Amino acid sequence: MATKENGLPGWDPASVKEEMLRQYPPKVARKRAKQMVINQPRPDGSPEIMANVRTIPGIITMRGCTYAGCKGVIMGPTRDIVNITHGPIGCGFYSWLTRRNQTDASAPGAENYMTYSFSTDMQDKDIIFGGEKKLEQAISEAYDLFHPKAIAVFATCPVGLIGDDIHAVAARMKKQFGDCNVFAFSCEGYKGVSQSAGHHIANNQVFRHVVGNNDESKPGKFKISLLGEYNIGGDGFEIDRVLNKCGITNLATFSGNSTYDQFASAHTSDLNCVMCHRSINYVADMLETKFGVPWIKVNFIGAGATAKSLRKIAQYFDDPELTARVEEVIAEEMPAVRAALTEVKPRTQDKTAMLFVGGSRAHHYQELFKEMGMKTISAGYEFAHRDDYEGRQVIPNLTVDADSRNIEELEVEPDPQRYRARKAPEKIGELAQSGLPMKDYEGLIPDMEPGSMIIDDLNQYEAEKLVELVKPDIFCAGIKEKFSVQKMGIPLKQLHSYDSGGPYAGFKGAVNFYHEIDRLVNSKVWGYLKAPWQENPELSATYVWE
Amino acid sequence: MLLRHTPKEIGERGALTINPAKTCQPIGAMYAALGIHGCLPHSHGSQGCCAYHRSTLTRHYKEPISAATSSFTEGSSVFGGQANLLQAIETIFTVYDPEVIAVHTTCLSETIGDDLPQIIDKADKAGKIPPGRRVIYANTPSYVGSHVTGFSNMVKGMAATARKSGQKNGKVNVIPGWVEPADMEEIKRLAALLGVEIILFPDTSGVLNGPLDGQFQMYPPGGVTMDELKSTGDSTGTLALGEWCSAEAARLLDTSCKVPCRVLEMPYGLKATDRFVDALRTIAGVSVGDEINHERGQLVDMISDMHQYFYHKQVAMAGDPDQLIALCEFLVSIDMWPRHVVTGTPGRAFEERIRQITAGLPYQVNVKAGAGADLFLFHQWIKNDPVDLLLGNTYLKYIARDEDIPLLRFGFPILDRVGHQYFPSVGYKGGLRLLEKILGALLDRKDRDDPEQSFELVM
Repeated sequence: MATKENGLPGWDPASVKEEMLRQYPPKVARKRAKQMVINQPRPDGSPEIMANVRTIPGIITMRGCTYAGCKGVIMGPTRDIVNITHGPIGCGFYSWLTRRNQTDASAPGAENYMTYSFSTDMQDKDIIFGGEKKLEQAISEAYDLFHPKAIAVFATCPVGLIGDDIHAVAARMKKQFGDCNVFAFSCEGYKGVSQSAGHHIANNQVFRHVVGNNDESKPGKFKISLLGEYNIGGDGFEIDRVLNKCGITNLATFSGNSTYDQFASAHTSDLNCVMCHRSINYVADMLETKFGVPWIKVNFIGAGATAKSLRKIAQYFDDPELTARVEEVIAEEMPAVRAALTEVKPRTQDKTAMLFVGGSRAHHYQELFKEMGMKTISAGYEFAHRDDYEGRQVIPNLTVDADSRNIEELEVEPDPQRYRARKAPEKIGELAQSGLPMKDYEGLIPDMEPGSMIIDDLNQYEAEKLVELVKPDIFCAGIKEKFSVQKMGIPLKQLHSYDSGGPYAGFKGAVNFYHEIDRLVNSKVWGYLKAPWQENPELSATYVWE
Repeated sequence: MLLRHTPKEIGERGALTINPAKTCQPIGAMYAALGIHGCLPHSHGSQGCCAYHRSTLTRHYKEPISAATSSFTEGSSVFGGQANLLQAIETIFTVYDPEVIAVHTTCLSETIGDDLPQIIDKADKAGKIPPGRRVIYANTPSYVGSHVTGFSNMVKGMAATARKSGQKNGKVNVIPGWVEPADMEEIKRLAALLGVEIILFPDTSGVLNGPLDGQFQMYPPGGVTMDELKSTGDSTGTLALGEWCSAEAARLLDTSCKVPCRVLEMPYGLKATDRFVDALRTIAGVSVGDEINHERGQLVDMISDMHQYFYHKQVAMAGDPDQLIALCEFLVSIDMWPRHVVTGTPGRAFEERIRQITAGLPYQVNVKAGAGADLFLFHQWIKNDPVDLLLGNTYLKYIARDEDIPLLRFGFPILDRVGHQYFPSVGYKGGLRLLEKILGALLDRKDRDDPEQSFELVM
């Protein structure tokens, strides 16, 4: 275990950084050095970190691809769209049910295609002669079999190379069916530098083809949409439970436990609450520009963070009844949280954590660890951008490189009929004055302690070094990292899809998480790694039977 | 219902695959390469391929799966991936220090047309491959065949490193095919019992079933060594287990090094194991000792003891061709009745062989391989002709739950149960385990469903 002192445990991040870089070829070391930052508060804001740049070929990276971000992460959790992967079989196979995004399709007659994997299973002749005909036939067959309200098409790597015009095929089929929205995603795996590009491509197309298709007014006094919540392990269910209890109506979640209609009517919300800033902040911006719905950053990971987010929503709606109700709910929920903390904290206090995951989670989950008295000594994202680290003020200065240039930015204008400013500009100004700025996110770095280390796009080699040199009490990353870390005797909590368990959001989720981390860091198994004869190889002088 | 949109009526489908009974080539190549000692598999394509394969293999084995990627960008997709692979080779040898890199392609690099031998040669000439280290490769276009084809292609790539020195080594090459680490261990144990020295390749035992002991070893002690692979050219003969997985490599050894080969079915169950043991003793010129006869007798004993519980029970099975053929024969040999058999891997010989094995049954089995052979069709067949037992990978649990049929997990991937890493299914011991699991599934179901008045203590 690392030495425990007041503040951050006694470790020297500078020498750890040096050690991590030592083995690299010089060019690789120079690049990686810019993606590792030792946190030192500066008068002009956060230290700068290099992020959203290419992974060096040959590095064993945690990252996935654009298709995974588009089809798997963003579109995966919507239950009533038939998602057809256009490509060889693998991509559709690997993204089939592997992300633990739960859905509630229990309503009578509810559609649920999430248990299915649809693919055009392209063969060599399709690669040579083009796959458009096969795609068209596949869409047709899906329509005849299921009559879904929407069919989405996802491009895999070879599709872009051979030049299949999937958007033309989709438009043609949509016209032909009349009662089924068909749209396509150019999410070839080679685009961008990580999953993040796929999130963007997915969200753009949902915004372009689905959002705004249903103007019908939905019931509810305080109507919000939740952006960037994927219902892993039932997180969204717990958030919805808490929101319902407060009397807040969540019209649409992008995209946990979602349906086509939720996206179609999302523009009728009065507030957008952004959970995962990375994967969706641009949709919040577009919803504001086109329909006048303002957005705030929320975080339902952590009991304190959940309470804070509920209060922010109440503050926005500025309704005494809602404000009172939110306080009542918090007061009702917190005793169970406090009881759980009283139980686990003696066993978790001052333990250390490292988090390398996602584009928000490495930040959000620090709240939970803080509540348990644990310290996050190093963290970083797999696919985030500089604004997720340093805050949104850096957005105007972000470098647009070759990889980000080819990810489309939608030009959005106010909708002539449907734009409706939800609050007057003065009111928005007042809210900001009273501590609720709209579209604000300060990023991960300002929340981390001085002397902690922030590392972007951590890879297997660096993870191994970190664990070996610093020995945190728990490491959080993904399934690919899990067992190499655990072999070294350090528990790993998978924070992409949790492996098992959840929800970890909201109040009940916080309690689940405390128990889960307590289980992991205090499991007896970590004491069994050496056999008795390995721990004491010397024969003792006497034998019991002597 | 989890698969609530699957209709009982079977319609024609020509373009849409639903719930595949296969995946793509590269993951098979990656699995095979992990069976080489000191090897880092490398995926020449987009990052996602490598991430998906590593995730799936990790979930199946609950073990670290190290593999690198060329991390293609849009630029490499336009201009070719040579620069990426050259840089990857340099990075890998500097940072990860493997003895060998096993490169496989993807649909992306295949569509571009990257020429692997040329790029590897260039890396060598540029001094990016340290002395004594190797880079081997296999072409694994995802739009041809399946994960099984990719496995076979990488095994063939391994056989391509064989050299004939002129001096026989007195060993027998055994190519086990896509079986679990525990199965590879069991094949080695059987050979040792027979007193036959073998070179087993690939060999993932000791690689993907490692201990938790406080050390992360990127290159665990298991795996066939490059020296052993080289020496396969000097072996007495080759036994290839499985036409789809192993035959190509064996034939290559025959043509390149004149090592004679026999292709057998995978040794699952009594008869296939009999043939394997018989072939091995013949090729090596040894006699079979009592231990093996004893193990064989134990399997026959269990078949006889519990025959009444599995007799004429109908089974629907999905998976990979070599495994399904051997399992199908095992089921028929103990008087169970395969009913529906599906593999996404193409091959007309598969359908013929299954029909041949099941020729004595009172009905024609439903069997399909390749295009159109998916789990959607499989489920529809089951809806039309229900069965007593399902046999296949974890994806079958959705059908099992909807149709309320017990499932015996077998094949790849198994994402929700453990044991396949540690307990063999091949050989007589493996046959005992398979039968134990079949009986467990059937008898648990019987115990659940029997009316109270006829609920049995003794079975």
